[in-house]
Amino acid sequence: MIRLQNIEKVYRTDTVETLALNKVSLDVARGEFLSIMGPSGCGKSTLLNIIGLLDEPSKGEIRIDDQKTENLSDKQLAQFRNKKLGFIFQSYHLINDLQVLDNVELPLLYRNTTAKERKQLATEALAKVGLSNRIKHFPTQLSGGQKQRVAIARAIVGNPEIILADEPTGNLDSAMGNEIMEILLQLNKNDGTTIIMVTHDENMAHKTHRLVRLFDGSQVQ
Amino acid sequence: MLKNYFKIAIAVLRRRKFFTFISLFGISFTLTILLVLTAFIDKVVGDNYPDKKRDRSLYISRISQEGKDMMSSGPPSFYFLDHFVRTLKTPVTIAISSGFNGTNTYANNKKIAVNYKYTNAEYWDVLDYNFLEGKAFNKQQTANAEKVAVISTDMKKEYFGDVPTVVGQYIEADNVKYRVIGVVQNVPITSYITYSDIYLPYTVAKDGGYKTNKGYQGGYFGILLANSAGDRDKIHNEYEQIVKRLPPEQKMFTSVSSHADTYIRSYVDTGDDRHSGVFIAVTAISIFAFILMILPTMNLVNINITRIMERSSEIGVRKAFGASSQTLVYQFIVENIILTLLGGLIGIILSFVVLQILNSAHLIANLELSINFTVLFIGLLVCLVFGLISGVYPAWRMSKLNVVTALKAQ
Repeated sequence: MIRLQNIEKVYRTDTVETLALNKVSLDVARGEFLSIMGPSGCGKSTLLNIIGLLDEPSKGEIRIDDQKTENLSDKQLAQFRNKKLGFIFQSYHLINDLQVLDNVELPLLYRNTTAKERKQLATEALAKVGLSNRIKHFPTQLSGGQKQRVAIARAIVGNPEIILADEPTGNLDSAMGNEIMEILLQLNKNDGTTIIMVTHDENMAHKTHRLVRLFDGSQVQ
Repeated sequence: MLKNYFKIAIAVLRRRKFFTFISLFGISFTLTILLVLTAFIDKVVGDNYPDKKRDRSLYISRISQEGKDMMSSGPPSFYFLDHFVRTLKTPVTIAISSGFNGTNTYANNKKIAVNYKYTNAEYWDVLDYNFLEGKAFNKQQTANAEKVAVISTDMKKEYFGDVPTVVGQYIEADNVKYRVIGVVQNVPITSYITYSDIYLPYTVAKDGGYKTNKGYQGGYFGILLANSAGDRDKIHNEYEQIVKRLPPEQKMFTSVSSHADTYIRSYVDTGDDRHSGVFIAVTAISIFAFILMILPTMNLVNINITRIMERSSEIGVRKAFGASSQTLVYQFIVENIILTLLGGLIGIILSFVVLQILNSAHLIANLELSINFTVLFIGLLVCLVFGLISGVYPAWRMSKLNVVTALKAQ
């Protein structure tokens, strides 16, 4: 489903050139739950951003569903992300000015949907993560675990085929972390959603189908 | 979508109250000044009472004589208007009136400042004063130099008090008693050609200047009435020809110039043929409005950049979940227009209050300023322009933000 070929990412400043990813090639099958591990600064998040089309590789090719992504315009990229991808971030990235329901509806705003449809889908997504009773709350009124569950609801509301999770349990205690992990596992198992997760936690990583390790920008496992 | 933008716009406004106050104050204050200014201009230029036939009238308010090193310029004399201008063939008639003069009078031991002016009988045909009682003086009364007067409503109230009718009673001005034969609706002092408290036949003028002054200049105005608006050009040209043939009054002058102009041109006449008064007035007003608007706009651009910068995480999230740069620009512009329209609404309310205060303070005689639809429309248009100008640049800049960088800026 996802094919990365010889991906390189170089960050340049006036004086320094840093190789963040060095010829990484990776195939991810439909329905797979893959975790990426490695020490801080090894390029895990960079790789995830590149897979999520949030960042461009300096070299190499990405294909998602056999579609090349390098020449897509800003508008096409936006549509692609909207339909195919869902993101979960370590620090949740919820919009504090909007209520939980409005936060979850966000991806649907960029599709042709009516307000009624949006409300229905967002309510269903929140029910899936067990937050039906918090729809009128603001993110600042929620605990870390609840915030991450809202973020998951937002990621799945548009029914994307791929979910990219960047250390989704990184800011949570182990009990909360396990709860979140359980939700992700259920999503993968029940809905067949392909999930790529960056994590520092060996225990979490071992619950997934496959583990990829990076070191200094290169794939070592 | 719009509902969502509205929700977030209101939330952002509530989040940083001080910024919101500065933004709203800037917009509403500027708009208030613009609205009051436009209401004033609208009243001065647009109010056509009592010269309702303005579209077929031409105004003579100045005659100049120029020599090598000198120039003499001023309103024309009665003689000039009556002797030379009356020979024009195209106008239907000509209204002649003096400028208004000030004097004091006394009523019930109270000193009252009054302004009076002299007119010919045709003046009342050319201008459509609204007579609340009585009527104007006619040719016969003028020829007989009858001591009769038409007064304004305010004059009636001030001199006679709250009485139902004053026609037939006497009013004293400049130590002469005049019989009141008509009362007209007030004219604001800004319409200086037609404004006065008391209107008298020119033949009763004490100084007799209309008879003795055979010069070109002398403190009178002329209004030429054409058969139709199309005839104005013809009259204008005919008048130019007459003026061209006039010999200068003294040797030191080499040329005579005067124009029969439209109301606006004569209103802003500078006395300098090389620079149109309309051009100068429009330029001055435009520069003033531009400076007035550019300051809050720059301020808004600045505040908007800071505000949007604070929301870079939100921009990142929106982009990640499918917002294109174009959609984000649209969102921020809509938010900004909501802000400016809110400021606009406050500005309109504030303008209404200011105009009420100005009207009740009677700073300018008989001038009743009001917000009309034109002014309101200009106000709303100004708001939209504000919203667009101050929103487009910050929105465009922020929409170009790299998603990863935006998400890092938590």
